Amino acid sequence: MARALDLRGRGDGADRAFRGLAVGAATVVLVVLGLIAATMTRRALPVLEHMGPGFFTSTRWSPADEEFGALPFVWGTLYTAAIAIVIAVPVSLGVALFITQLAPQRLKRPLVYLVDLLAVVPSVVFGLWGILVLSPHLGRSFLTAGIILAIMIIPIITSLSREVIETTPQPEKEAAYGLGATRWEMILASVWPHSKGGLVGAVMLGLGRAMGETIAAALVIGSALGQITVDPLAPGNSMPAVIANEWGEADELHKSALIALAVLLFIITIIVNLVASSIVRRSMARTAGRRT
Amino acid sequence: MSLAPVTSAIDLAAKPSWRSVKNSIASGLMAAAVLAVATPLVLVLASVIAKGAGVAFHDFPDFFTETVPIVSRRAGPGMGPAILGTLLVTGVATLIAVPLGILGAIYLHEYGARQRFARIVRFMAMVMTGVPSVVMGLFVYVTWTLTFGYSAFGGALALACLMLPVVIGTTEQMLKLVPDHLREASFALGAGKARTILSIVVPAALPGIVSGALLAVARAAGETAPLMFAVGAATAYNGHVFGGANTALSVQIFGNATSSFAAAQDRAWGAALTLLMLTFLVTLVARIVTARVQSKR
Repeated sequence: MARALDLRGRGDGADRAFRGLAVGAATVVLVVLGLIAATMTRRALPVLEHMGPGFFTSTRWSPADEEFGALPFVWGTLYTAAIAIVIAVPVSLGVALFITQLAPQRLKRPLVYLVDLLAVVPSVVFGLWGILVLSPHLGRSFLTAGIILAIMIIPIITSLSREVIETTPQPEKEAAYGLGATRWEMILASVWPHSKGGLVGAVMLGLGRAMGETIAAALVIGSALGQITVDPLAPGNSMPAVIANEWGEADELHKSALIALAVLLFIITIIVNLVASSIVRRSMARTAGRRT
Repeated sequence: MSLAPVTSAIDLAAKPSWRSVKNSIASGLMAAAVLAVATPLVLVLASVIAKGAGVAFHDFPDFFTETVPIVSRRAGPGMGPAILGTLLVTGVATLIAVPLGILGAIYLHEYGARQRFARIVRFMAMVMTGVPSVVMGLFVYVTWTLTFGYSAFGGALALACLMLPVVIGTTEQMLKLVPDHLREASFALGAGKARTILSIVVPAALPGIVSGALLAVARAAGETAPLMFAVGAATAYNGHVFGGANTALSVQIFGNATSSFAAAQDRAWGAALTLLMLTFLVTLVARIVTARVQSKR
């Protein structure tokens, strides 16, 4: 900016060194992501050469016969995440609406803390509770995993929804009340049209989180091999759960197959997250533009 | 209502119409949602405390100091090596990720701003936030553990990769809150850019940065999947960061949870209580830091 009028006598060298340090730190992000993509793909190649396209289409996963079909686990990942979303979305939206529209001022902050507290509980603790307390009643199944995942993604969906809902302009809410709307009608008429886009994004970020969650799912999903079924009470398996459960006794090709699963999971979650955050950002930018 | 004869043509009193009934139903459902969130939280915490406290505080402090029994069916303490492992792995991860993350955020906000490289880094940091933790674990296994073997450091690398984008994100948010007139005042006094950032901007944003970093630490301390592949499953104390297999509370919980022996399950509950106390403590400190700043403003 002020290059022409540079009154600084010293420190230019130090300035440049510090800038270099900062740029270097920022570059680490790119290096790590690049390394993840490169090294993981390389390790996944052996199984892809062994199985060909069958890796993505076969439903048979039998490490002993060197058969690795990933489809059942892709199905399990999507299915458990879907169950989690179906449970978590109404609850999260209800809590977000309660905090922003209904709760008295004094109650707002404790409620936010309560939801945040849920986010602090490590996933392995939910998994422990799921396997030793919940699954003796429910069995180990897609549904049990879905319930545990739902509990885990409720905090993120709730806090994002709360932020989105809070951007609803006060005049729009007052306009609805002024026309004689009840609170619920005001929510339908003012809050919902305003927040729709952002809420969809929040739900998708929750979906991405649910698909990548490993440990809790690994403990309660049941570890069935090659199951593609819509029965929620059937034991199943998901990509991260297979990786966590089978890694210990995997040989070389088997490890390569598990790494290939990780690459696939990586790609799917990145796509979901990118779509989600672009939706959130667009809706946030739109509402910000409308307010000024 | 049936008592008073309604004579007025304009009755302004609200009548219980279908609309207001709907409103009440909606409000009731929202309150029910709050209950639905509170219930699992209470149930999980109650289980962990009920089943963990007896194990963890029996013959205090044995559970926190004794080594893990090699034969998992044997009853008795302890989780000492796992506590040390969790502290080591999380501590080293923090030492790697927090300075890098703060420096990266300084680049993004103070130098890069809207330049193309800064935008790319910002975008990639967002992508990195979404990488599942199990993928980070395998990544570290492939790049580090295969060559150097199990160690606390491998686990720390995996956790650092998970923490880095979070620290970058929260720090950049905090730097945004520092008003520009502080920077301008510093420049006007003749300070260089590095000087301004280090002695004016970062101190002004520090409480927020610290609280964001602590929340990232709390999350990282509870991670399991990234550690399974890189840390190993030792049962004895290992204070070396680089040398040999280590263990962690989360890994012990996962291992013992799948055991069919009551003694192992008991230890899992005790370890879960220990891990919860640890993460809650870190979160509490972060909250106190945030609250202090807010009350100052």
